[in-house]
Amino acid sequence: MPGGTVSGRRERLLWGMGSILVVLYALLPVAWIVSLSLKRSADLDDRRFLPQAFSVEHYQAVFQDPLFSAALWNSAGIAGIATLAAVLLGMFAAYAIVRLVFPGRRLILAAALAIAMFPPVSIIGPLFNMWRTLGLYDTWAGLILPYMTFTLPLAIWTLSAFFREIPWDLDRAARVDGATPLQAFVHVILPLVTPGVFTAAILVFMFAWNDFLFVISLTSTNEARTVPAAIAFFTGSSQFQLPTGAIAAASVVVTVPVILVVLFFQRRIVAGLTAGAVKG
Amino acid sequence: MTGRADAEQRLAWLLCAPAVLAMLVVTAYPVGYALWLSLFRYDLRFPGERSFIGLDNYLTVLVAPAWWQALGNTLLITVSSVAVELVLGLLFALVMHRALLGRRVIRTSLLVPYGIITVVAAMSWRFAFDPTIGFVNALSGLQGAWLAERWSAFLVIIQTEIWKTTPFMALLLLAGLTQVPGDLLRAARVDGANALQRFFRVTLPLLRPVIMVALLFRTLDAFRIFDTVFVQTRGAQGTETVSILGYNTLITRLNLGLGSAVSVLIFLCVLAIAALYIRGFGISLSSRERS
Repeated sequence: MPGGTVSGRRERLLWGMGSILVVLYALLPVAWIVSLSLKRSADLDDRRFLPQAFSVEHYQAVFQDPLFSAALWNSAGIAGIATLAAVLLGMFAAYAIVRLVFPGRRLILAAALAIAMFPPVSIIGPLFNMWRTLGLYDTWAGLILPYMTFTLPLAIWTLSAFFREIPWDLDRAARVDGATPLQAFVHVILPLVTPGVFTAAILVFMFAWNDFLFVISLTSTNEARTVPAAIAFFTGSSQFQLPTGAIAAASVVVTVPVILVVLFFQRRIVAGLTAGAVKG
Repeated sequence: MTGRADAEQRLAWLLCAPAVLAMLVVTAYPVGYALWLSLFRYDLRFPGERSFIGLDNYLTVLVAPAWWQALGNTLLITVSSVAVELVLGLLFALVMHRALLGRRVIRTSLLVPYGIITVVAAMSWRFAFDPTIGFVNALSGLQGAWLAERWSAFLVIIQTEIWKTTPFMALLLLAGLTQVPGDLLRAARVDGANALQRFFRVTLPLLRPVIMVALLFRTLDAFRIFDTVFVQTRGAQGTETVSILGYNTLITRLNLGLGSAVSVLIFLCVLAIAALYIRGFGISLSSRERS
């Protein structure tokens, strides 16, 4: 790169400014909702981007609201269990698909891909009816099952991509040394695929944490209602006050975990997103 | 030897069984069930009147202006948001590709819109465009009640979609960009190609497969848009999308027969889009499996 020339310097300046614009664009609505959540109730209508004075009253209100605590607990529990289940089942399937020879491997991958493209709205009616009959309506299990299923394709594809990179000679060597297949898997292979498992888990968790359509279709009370539904249906502490501040504070609270995950695991997330799409 | 192969097959099926079972019970069976329900007059508010009516539900949906308006709205949102995302995503990817020092910072900030809950993003933009709360009118000097009128509501919805999903596009395209051989670009430079020519003649053709996969995923995803519209307008001001229409018919009005017909039609649309990409643009998804 001819960094010293005038055109080179101008080019670098241009890309530098571009970078700043991209970062600003990406963070603008986040900064806005944080600012909104910190405004005093009286200032909510001031139409300023930044608060004139800081106040944590909306956070206090949100954490005193039993509906929101219930939703947080539901979100964490449901997304957590769905993630565990999807990654576990996805790992079994991915191991078989990559490692074992059997008819139907391609069929399973194709079916998984089909589900990944599937519109969830096409099955909410039948699920609504089935869940009412089976007693799964408005329960944790009633949400865990669809979340797990809709993220299984993601888990299977991501984990297969990682399993393919593993030097399977190690597995063979361990078995020659007398390890059972299970021992070989747990002690030799599993440590190697941990990054892949993490990647799959993060993507699955984000799906479950984000879902809105299933939760508003398959729940009706706080028994299983998760955070996105709680935020959309917030009524505020008093009926006469617009819940803008509470919505903003609740939004910030549920965005913090997302930002932490992104900060700590960004390489894993990008690896997972691009695992299937780029290697042609 | 065959004994071992048999054992291997049995183990393989055992390992795949839970995943396959879940996919069958929670997606394949409900799709079949939706197909079945769509042939009945079946309103949960009047369960006694359940009866087989053949394709009448489809006829009702297809002659109703509501379906065609929702389909038109959905296509409008899909096409305009995906088109802008492609251009913006390419720009973002190029910026990340070039900005070696700040690449980590940009990537982290781009992952925030990707990771943030859609409902939260939709709320934030809704407040931003709100005439009494938001900063958009105050900063731009406009007096719009953005979400109260049809076309400006579309603008807000589409731009929320773009903000939320351009990062996905940009990160996929960046991964593609890093695979463009630097030698080729240097050779083109030596041959006298300027930056634009190098981009359009060398980089873009090499990116084509990645672009097509990204477009396919984003188009299918955009077509099922629900959260943003629900939060910002609930489908009012003529902004109803097919997913909103399906939800309203099934869950709000509890008309399982009619709603299932809508569901099946949406499913067919998605299949048609996928077929269009795979046949029309020659995306080979199975080639991904070989890697």
